Amino acid sequence: MTAWTPGALQPRPGAAPRTAMWAAQSRTEMILLLRNGEQVLLSLVLPVGLLVVLSTLDFVEVTRTGVRRVDYFTPGVIALAVMSTAFTGQAIATGFERQYGVLKRLGATPLPRSVLLLAKTSSVLAVELLQLLLIGAVAYALGWQPAGSVLAVLLLVVLGTAAFSGLGLLLGGTLRGLTCLAVANLAWLLLLVLGGIMFGLDKFGAAEPVLRLLPSAALSDGLRSSLVDGHVVLRDVLTLGVWAAASLVAAARAFRWD
Amino acid sequence: MRVPAVALEIALEVDGLVKRYGDRTAVDGISLQARTGTVLALLGPNGAGKTSTIEVCEGFREADGGQVRVLGLPPRAAALRPRVGVMPQTGGTYPGLRAGEVLRLFAAYSRDPLDPGDLLERLGLAGVARTPVRKLSGGQAQRLSLALAVVGRPELLFLDEPTAGLDPQARLATWDLVESLRRDGATVVLTTHLMDEAERLADDVVIVDAGRVVAAGTVTELTRGGATGQLRWRARPGLDLDQLLMALPEDCRAKESPAGQYLVEGTIDPQLLASVTSWCAGHGVLAEDLRLERRTLEDAFLEITGREMRA
Repeated sequence: MTAWTPGALQPRPGAAPRTAMWAAQSRTEMILLLRNGEQVLLSLVLPVGLLVVLSTLDFVEVTRTGVRRVDYFTPGVIALAVMSTAFTGQAIATGFERQYGVLKRLGATPLPRSVLLLAKTSSVLAVELLQLLLIGAVAYALGWQPAGSVLAVLLLVVLGTAAFSGLGLLLGGTLRGLTCLAVANLAWLLLLVLGGIMFGLDKFGAAEPVLRLLPSAALSDGLRSSLVDGHVVLRDVLTLGVWAAASLVAAARAFRWD
Repeated sequence: MRVPAVALEIALEVDGLVKRYGDRTAVDGISLQARTGTVLALLGPNGAGKTSTIEVCEGFREADGGQVRVLGLPPRAAALRPRVGVMPQTGGTYPGLRAGEVLRLFAAYSRDPLDPGDLLERLGLAGVARTPVRKLSGGQAQRLSLALAVVGRPELLFLDEPTAGLDPQARLATWDLVESLRRDGATVVLTTHLMDEAERLADDVVIVDAGRVVAAGTVTELTRGGATGQLRWRARPGLDLDQLLMALPEDCRAKESPAGQYLVEGTIDPQLLASVTSWCAGHGVLAEDLRLERRTLEDAFLEITGREMRA
């Protein structure tokens, strides 16, 4: 072992520019999301697999006549992808980061919390972009013919991301490790089946008006109206907006860093 | 902001700190100071309140009483974050990232960081740079944690048990890093329950026990502790000790027990040693097995608390 050159360890404190911190942190969050096997399964493999299965096999009935299977299911799968990344993925990652003391230790570095949250959001949006490209390509291959405007779809995806991120951070910021993992996965499954993603809500009879208020239902229903019928349902936009505001405020209040 | 133009003489000031957890008082009025550019060791057994004290200074915990000033600021001031490096006792790194990735990430938070590759090399971690953090051994994780604390070139470092669980070679690398940081002007506050670590590294030592400071001072002050030094040697029996004592300072005592085994007690300094050996030489006596027994921090701790300090 060679000795340290005198002066080599002279203090030169100073924070890096925020943009540089944001870039480094976003890259890290992306690596963490994509390196985690279960996470890739949840956010990429399952949605694409579900899209292929639902579009080609007819064990789930399309409740609207005159709509092709791939056109009917693709919007729901997009909603599922958003939910997997923004809600389940963030909740689990954040819950474990707290358990391992990562967030606490980051609090003692020059990285501001606002930049950390911005980086988490950026990485979620980047992964969602990847998901949309992949799902879009597979859907096209299956003969998908989307209607509607790109702007409307983007608005719904961004609002849905905000709502699910708020819920994910609320869960990850209050529960730890395995508890958080279990709750997040259970919620994912319940919303997948009961939340209007896989099945149309008209199957649930009297429960339908209540289920329609779920963020998953609003997102998949909104995307379906947009991509199948080419019009935006204001109620879905408002529902997602309310969920986003409420969950982000609740997460900001309840979040624990250690 | 570079190193401030007017450097503070005191990098850390803790005054009457109290920290409670429910009914238990973990820190019961601890006061201490770390002088800029020195190493301060908080020494004490497990549960003495060392970590609670340091976690308040790091901004991780809120004090229940007393005052803490870190580089002249409250511990949670945002302006402190680039200036203070923190090595917690456990955890704090992404288990899914590789060792090199974590260090490069932390380096990216600072404007002028140390070279991560060089740091890994020097701490013996170059071979595990591509190993995920969750697969590192305890000692490797410990050294990575130290690297994360220093990579941003802070002016004040809090190291909580930096060498716990390290093998001797890794411990030496850690000591070398701390000594080099001090030489280059950084202030280091560390906790340890290892006496030899405090004796080797620290300018000042604060001994804590049961949430209170039981002794504080430089290592020399704490180990001097009155006339407790001993000088022993072997020679032919029957030396005239009264005559020897006339050549020595007044506070010295001498005895022969058993025959041929001699002991002088007093303030052991170079002058005393020279006096004894020259007296022996003057009387044609060969002093064999001559050895000094100084009080250690361990003796000081035992004497003050009446207990041995255990890991």
